Amino acid sequence: MDKTSTILPLEGSGLSVVRDGRVLLDVDHVKLGKQGVTCILGHNGAGKSLLLKVLSGLVKPDLGLVRWNGASIERADYKKFGYMKQNAVLLRRSAKANLEFPLLSFGWSKQDASTKADAALEKAGLTHITHSSARVLSGGERQRLSLARMLIVSPQIAILDEPTASLDPESTAAIEQTIKSLSGTGVPVILVTHNLNQARRLADNIIFLHQGKILSQQSSLSFFNNPECEEAKKFISE
Amino acid sequence: MQELSNTFWDAFGLLLRFDADLYEIIGLSLKVSFTALIFACLIGIPLGALLASTPFRGRAVINVLVNTLMGMPPVVVGLILYLILSANGPLGVLQLLYTPTAMILAQAVLVTPIVAALSRQALEEMNEEYTEQFKLFGLGKTEILKTLIWEARYALLTAILAGLGRAMAEVGAVLIVGGNIDHLTRVMTTTIALETSRGNLAIALGLGIVLIGISLIINASLYAMRYTAKASRYG
Repeated sequence: MDKTSTILPLEGSGLSVVRDGRVLLDVDHVKLGKQGVTCILGHNGAGKSLLLKVLSGLVKPDLGLVRWNGASIERADYKKFGYMKQNAVLLRRSAKANLEFPLLSFGWSKQDASTKADAALEKAGLTHITHSSARVLSGGERQRLSLARMLIVSPQIAILDEPTASLDPESTAAIEQTIKSLSGTGVPVILVTHNLNQARRLADNIIFLHQGKILSQQSSLSFFNNPECEEAKKFISE
Repeated sequence: MQELSNTFWDAFGLLLRFDADLYEIIGLSLKVSFTALIFACLIGIPLGALLASTPFRGRAVINVLVNTLMGMPPVVVGLILYLILSANGPLGVLQLLYTPTAMILAQAVLVTPIVAALSRQALEEMNEEYTEQFKLFGLGKTEILKTLIWEARYALLTAILAGLGRAMAEVGAVLIVGGNIDHLTRVMTTTIALETSRGNLAIALGLGIVLIGISLIINASLYAMRYTAKASRYG
């Protein structure tokens, strides 16, 4: 895939994941890639993270097809794909080396990767931890570093799985600000969150999942004012 | 009690006088063990990484084999190598029997499964943590192995030092394939066995002190490295 080609939209059809006889995911059709922030909401165990992992090619569904821009993801190219997990998985290296790593693995020169990593650290307000081991950082710093690592490849889509869970208000605000800025540049952002207030603040669209099924796909305004299903109404009122 | 004390002083005397024969033995021991360790690491660490990170047909069989070889009695390894290297054996033409090369081979055979099994153990957990992230980085199989090994560098040092300890302490296999020939294949452990049977306890004890010293250095280094790694969270 060359630099100009797109991986969007991410599409899944007839997706099913079953473990120990229990249906964890049962989705007829889903399409991600619309501009703005799309929040995925649902109770614990609704299948939010699993859906994103399946659409990202990290988990293979038992049934169904996942396509990126209409193409199979058997040999997916992650060069322009951004994915941030709830618990940042950082390498046992310095903060800067963690930012350089994806660039180097995608074929950047050491010099260019170093320059880009320095710029990313500065943008994220993390220059003070440039040479610190990524594993000694605070929770907020880890998440910000993880976010910077996701953004450093200039992704065409950014998937964030509960990026602010267990963070203090200041770190949460910093990450929300980055999400807004990113969305403002036209990059579709997919955000899994448990925080309804956060969803209200950030979301343009909502996908609501319940027991592995997508029960509603609405604009944020319409979801919070007039949810399409009883489960969503109940979820909002809890 | 007096005799024990005298033997100790004689042993220290030999070490402090830099007895040439004694230091030749110590030198050969270190050369054989470190060379064997290098070969064991070159094979054992990638093998451990492969077993930890890549599912393939026959992986379970190799896992069982590695674990079995880990507990293989050294004399049996020595005997098998003796049969292979002896004049009528398949590799007899190389004339390696009773040479330091044969001893290196024996120690490498004994140490490789230890390094492989301990590496696999260290890398398995790390691989679980990193699998999805590696996929997102677009890494191929070889890059995954290389990255895993680097990420687990401190944990792997434990495997390497455990292997070195095993090699340094080895006596049975090197005695069979090396023959304990003076100025050629005599190493610390085989000398201790020989000199004890001859009643030259000072030499045996002197070498014993050196072996314990090396073991102490290995373990102190291990502790220091683990401590440093833990303190900086690189480990």
